[in-house]
Amino acid sequence: MSIDKDTAARVAKLARIRVEDADLPALAEEFNNILGFIEQLNEVDVEGVEPMTSVTPMRLKRRVDEVTDGDLQDKVLANAPDAREGFFAVPKVVQ
Amino acid sequence: MSDLNALTIAEARDKLRAKEISSAELTDACLNAIEGSGALNAFVHNTPELAREQAAAADVRIASGDAPAMCGIPLGIKDLFCTKGVPSQAASAILDGFKPEYESTITQNLFDAGSVMLGKLNMDEFAMGSSNETSTYGDVVNPWRRGNDDAALTPGGSSGGSASAVAADLCLAATGTDTGGSIRQPAAFVGITGIKPTYGRCSRWGVVAFASSLDQAGPMTKTVRDSAIMLEAMCGHDPKDSTSADLAVPDFEAMLTGDIKGKVIGIPKEYRMDGMPGEIEQLWADGTAMLKEAGADIRDISLPHTKYALPAYYVIAPAEASSNLARYDGVRYGHRATLEQGDGITEMYEKTRAEGFGAEVQRRVMIGTYVLSAGFYDAYYNRARKVRTLIKKDFEDVFAAGVDAILTPATPSAAFGLGEMANADPVQMYLNDVFTVTVNLAGLPGIAVPAGLDKQGLPLGLQLIGRPWEEGDLLNTAYALEQAAGFVAKPTKWW
Repeated sequence: MSIDKDTAARVAKLARIRVEDADLPALAEEFNNILGFIEQLNEVDVEGVEPMTSVTPMRLKRRVDEVTDGDLQDKVLANAPDAREGFFAVPKVVQ
Repeated sequence: MSDLNALTIAEARDKLRAKEISSAELTDACLNAIEGSGALNAFVHNTPELAREQAAAADVRIASGDAPAMCGIPLGIKDLFCTKGVPSQAASAILDGFKPEYESTITQNLFDAGSVMLGKLNMDEFAMGSSNETSTYGDVVNPWRRGNDDAALTPGGSSGGSASAVAADLCLAATGTDTGGSIRQPAAFVGITGIKPTYGRCSRWGVVAFASSLDQAGPMTKTVRDSAIMLEAMCGHDPKDSTSADLAVPDFEAMLTGDIKGKVIGIPKEYRMDGMPGEIEQLWADGTAMLKEAGADIRDISLPHTKYALPAYYVIAPAEASSNLARYDGVRYGHRATLEQGDGITEMYEKTRAEGFGAEVQRRVMIGTYVLSAGFYDAYYNRARKVRTLIKKDFEDVFAAGVDAILTPATPSAAFGLGEMANADPVQMYLNDVFTVTVNLAGLPGIAVPAGLDKQGLPLGLQLIGRPWEEGDLLNTAYALEQAAGFVAKPTKWW
């Protein structure tokens, strides 16, 4: 599996990271190196092996579905790059 | 009263309880040491006022005669931990200016025990790196040098600031985190002790997430005893982390008897890598002999899937990172790119993430995105998770056969020069974690113990891997190794 410039551009888009056109060939090459290293996994016989979901056998704890905190609007917004009238502000999403 | 900052936690605790010193004096000694340590670039956000306040409160508590072991002990905190009102950036530009409104469970546990925070410590960006060269704060410098050569060396990574600060006596101990070796590799590079506990032992709540199924926090300390004391204060069940184990925390320090007679120590043949430096091989042989001398039963073992641990890790960790780091979008906290007329929300995301994430973080997020993308999920991500099951089974098999702990080198080399790997393929850098990453994939406890110096005078460490939840037994084996190795070397102060 070899990654070309277009695939690199598609991955960057999916990851929502802007990559300049001129940087794409180098990025594709890096991906190919790393994926080449990962390809070793194809040597392993994984027939009948369950993919790991939890490294320690544990049942996730459950709790009663109830409100445990709230009324923290100021704190929630305290670090926002742009907060207005109690909301996070972003560029226009809907035309 | 000089060099209080050079004390171990255990020594300081005893002196504090004996009223020979105060936490205020101890804290001032550390703050002074930090002031003169700019060349190391270990501390990146200093909190002297908070430290003095906490020290004064600790002195009151100690005077009352009812103080836990960590009371009044000045610590450095890795920048990955969210600390209320104090910058917590994971060494990333994307979290510029972020001051959490909450405290991580681990730092809260340490503060509840009376510990003092001196400041935040440098690290690799989002804990992704093995040399502390990916930080937005710049490189951390190792206090050790090669003989009289003044070339700057890496302290390792990602907990490089923690390693450098403890080795240089800027603090008594520090918190670290370990996703693929980020406590143990830097500990080995600077001649200190670092333990990654069993997955689930320490709460991950309030610790900036890198790869959630692998991340664990742990202490980085001057001695094994200090690791036992500090780990006990850090860990415990936390309802805010659903993967935190609801198990009693033993008195780890009380388990340090140094008696390992009859313990079975496994020596895995797959860790004997091609091209391994002779000195590392010798160190490993010496460590094996020390444990045998102490009464342990040495057994050759096989962990057949070891070779596949790094490639599996470089699927699983980036996959989880791509998901965890999706939250850095310029909306809720941290950096937002300046937008041009007509830019919409997608441009905002893309520009913000391109500006805010460094090259290594971008690379891993994109690799993770790729291995999770439609058509490749089974071929990469699911296959890696199956291999992970096999890697864990390798360990289960040897433990079931009676092995109590496994001895390996901690790193494939001593600390290397900053910039030395700049032109290397990223995969070359990843090989730093070849001995440590298996432990994260299997969720096991692992500890790095300094065991000797190489020809150039740099520290080398050995790693012990234990059974799940048996950190106490593992610490005791490490204690026996520490006693036998007798490592007491310190870097010569040049900074």
